Amino acid sequence: MSVPHPDLVCSDLTKDFDAFRAVDHVSFEVPQGSFFSILGPSGCGKTTLLRMIAGFQSPTSGDLRIKGKSMIGVPPNKRPVSMVFQHLALFPTMNIGDNVGFGLRQRGVAKSEIKTRVAEVLERVGLPGVSARRIDQISGGQKQRVAIARCMVLEPDVLLLDEPLGALDLKLREHMKVELKSLQAAFNTTFVYITHDQSEALMMSDNIAVMNNGQFEQIGTPHDVYHAPSSAFVAGFVGDANKINAKVSAVNGAVLTLISDRGSEMKIDAPANGLSVGQSAQVFLRPEAIELGGADDGVNVSRGEVDSVLFNGANSSVTVKDQTGDFLKVALPQTGRFANLRKGDSVFTRWDPKQARCYPAPGA
Amino acid sequence: MASDTSRLGFYLLLAPILLWLVILIILPHIGLFIVSISEKIGPREYETGFDNYAAFFGEPLYWRTFARTAIMSILATVLTLILGFPIAYYIAKLTRGRTKTTLFLMCMIPFWVSELVRTFGWMILLRETGVISNALQYLGLVDGPVEMLYNDAAIMMGLVYTSILFMVVPLVTTLDSLDDSLIEAGYDLGGTSTSIMREIVIPHAMPGIVSGCIVVFMLSLGNYLTPILLGGKDSLWFTGMIYTQFITRFNWELGSAFGFLLLALSSLVVFAGLKLSRQSLIETMGRT
Amino acid sequence: MIPTVPQPSFAKWCYRAYVTAFFVYLALPLTVVCVFAFNNSVFPSLPWEGFTLAWFFGTEAPFIGVFHERAIIRSIGTSAFVATWVSGLAVAVGTCNAFLFVRHEFRGKGLLYMLMLLPLIIPGVILGISILVFSSSVANTLEDATGLWFDGLRPGLILVILGQFSFITTFATLVISARLQKFDPSLEEAALNLGASKWGAIRQITLPFLTPAIVASAVVSVLMSFENFNTTLMLVGSDSPLTITMFDKLKQGSTPVLNAVSLLLIMVSAVLGMMSLLFQGRKR
Repeated sequence: MSVPHPDLVCSDLTKDFDAFRAVDHVSFEVPQGSFFSILGPSGCGKTTLLRMIAGFQSPTSGDLRIKGKSMIGVPPNKRPVSMVFQHLALFPTMNIGDNVGFGLRQRGVAKSEIKTRVAEVLERVGLPGVSARRIDQISGGQKQRVAIARCMVLEPDVLLLDEPLGALDLKLREHMKVELKSLQAAFNTTFVYITHDQSEALMMSDNIAVMNNGQFEQIGTPHDVYHAPSSAFVAGFVGDANKINAKVSAVNGAVLTLISDRGSEMKIDAPANGLSVGQSAQVFLRPEAIELGGADDGVNVSRGEVDSVLFNGANSSVTVKDQTGDFLKVALPQTGRFANLRKGDSVFTRWDPKQARCYPAPGA
Repeated sequence: MASDTSRLGFYLLLAPILLWLVILIILPHIGLFIVSISEKIGPREYETGFDNYAAFFGEPLYWRTFARTAIMSILATVLTLILGFPIAYYIAKLTRGRTKTTLFLMCMIPFWVSELVRTFGWMILLRETGVISNALQYLGLVDGPVEMLYNDAAIMMGLVYTSILFMVVPLVTTLDSLDDSLIEAGYDLGGTSTSIMREIVIPHAMPGIVSGCIVVFMLSLGNYLTPILLGGKDSLWFTGMIYTQFITRFNWELGSAFGFLLLALSSLVVFAGLKLSRQSLIETMGRT
Repeated sequence: MIPTVPQPSFAKWCYRAYVTAFFVYLALPLTVVCVFAFNNSVFPSLPWEGFTLAWFFGTEAPFIGVFHERAIIRSIGTSAFVATWVSGLAVAVGTCNAFLFVRHEFRGKGLLYMLMLLPLIIPGVILGISILVFSSSVANTLEDATGLWFDGLRPGLILVILGQFSFITTFATLVISARLQKFDPSLEEAALNLGASKWGAIRQITLPFLTPAIVASAVVSVLMSFENFNTTLMLVGSDSPLTITMFDKLKQGSTPVLNAVSLLLIMVSAVLGMMSLLFQGRKR
């Protein structure tokens, strides 16, 4: 990375619980003012990683630096990081003003100054004049903003967010994604955000780390992670994909020919894949990379029959069963062209060899 | 039809509670008050007046004992809270699963046993020929036998022992319901152990503290066995005076006045405690 | 503070030491009571004169064991008699109260609920004397009016039972109400829908659901009745329950027989207490 003083640097961070290794030699840097997400399924170790940064777990080995200073052995109340907890952890015995002013009181800031700074930060998150209200008098979205204000009033170097949108309903969650991103831009503070929801990570982040079994599988921009996944896990976890088990039948430079387990043939343009003839492989193909219709010409074209139409507004799709019995999920463009597609209709599917990803099958 | 049967069911359910409360609680207390304001002017002849209360205020031994009982009970309550809070916190926040259940059970077992047995145990420990006196002599810390019974410290210790469970249980329940992430958030925002205790833990535990204190105060005030057995004949506890008036002196009128005063004091303290902490009787006591 | 927040190890060590000391303090009196039940001496105190079971089974003075001490055996019987009645009455009324408070809305419910809680904050001695005074004046009035004797209203077992019942019922009500509150009324509606009568639905669906709480509160009532002292002291007549008998003996001077009785009491209480917890534990 080109930034000289990254806000947060983790090097070879490892955490063992008895015999179980929750975080396994994780290294990454987060530059100042960026939005960094750690995306992974539950149990992948992302919460442990976040709690190590906050100071609630101590690493078994490795180093953790914030603004160049090592945080090993520094207790959580002395670290320049703040955390937005999964269930927000707003203090129910205090009103909103006292919640937001809590950290400043701990620092011994004068009462009058606390008042102005609390009012200021509440205004910045778009909640002016709510100081005197109780926690249970505001909505879920407002609580999120209070929790962020409570941290931001302390001007932390890094703000940690532990899946704070998980408890919200779908509509509000969509709205809060946009809002969080704009709050981050407004405060220009480094955010480290953990989630198992790929759409949250893709929409808000500057960089995403995809985590699995305690390790980072890939770190990259949302675009890279989605379009150039570096492993089968990332390709399967981020976004929707058809997964086809196949065997390599021919290698011609970067172009592979594979035969699926059921016998259909495909060609894939995958440079530096390291696969050789006879090896088992997994092919990942995004539903939106497949075209419907046309005629029987060119590569990766096959005739199939519509097995089911899954109507879901803009995200509608069909599953197509080809002649060998393989199923493909295909995104349905909502231009009206396929509005009359019915189960049993005969269609052609086609896709560009550059659009598919191919990885050695695990255990092969 | 249906509403008639449910009506009937309702009255059938209402009958036992009314019988219980009216015959065993309300009427007896009214009766107690009436007796406390009657003066005996001859055999089976009475007249209404406040002479019994005047007798209480006129005789220093009576009201001093009353004040002493109240002050010692308050002291016992405070001590119980101070000693019990760390234990409740340890059980609720620092242990999990099996250990938690075991510690909680270990707390409860002594209280399933009769108070008499517990007090008897303390007598064996504390008296002149008792275990502690012997142990101190054996260790060479004292020269002769020491009598540790029959003083206020012994009473206080017995009161704390007798009532500490009633402090620990409500505290464990309320502290258990405090989410760990609130404490973590406090630390994360720069709080220290002291400030988190004061601003987050104690406000959250307030209902438990209030209900624990009310019960402990009540138990201490109304205790008879501990002061008599650990404090000796001259322990000067107000319940002892009530007993004397009723059973030994057979002066029921004065005894009733005493009883009523004790009841008034305990109600007053309960009421004040609830008002000060802005709790209601139903929410503090109704969740056993 | 909590395990996830680092603390100095010295502070942790002090805290553990305090907790240990506390549990020693809790266990100490009960332990000495039990140990001295086996001391071969006429006083429950040091020096240790050797192990004996005479305080349980002895027949020769001064070593008369519990099982041959007539007064104690009789008072255990009295206590059991009282406890059975108290427990039965308290559970019956407690169950009715639970249905009343959980299932019915009526004017003055809040007031009635508060009255129901009152016995918790009335000192036991006061409860005892108020019932004593009231029943005596009723007896006097009735006797004056009819010329008959009303022994049941004079200090004795009936008053002891009523006195204990008057506050133990509150506990039973609270335990059973808590369980009934967790009952899903749609289960009863389903039974009605399947053709059961109102009473049949309660008997076959609701009461079995309440059984753990009913058993637990019955056990707790027995325990509370057995160990009650303050209220009983004021209402007792010529037949004294166990705690009163022990108190009288203790005033005359302690003998290891009391330790032996206490040991038995501790064992029975522990077993009953565990039982009530087990039954309440099945709630979840």
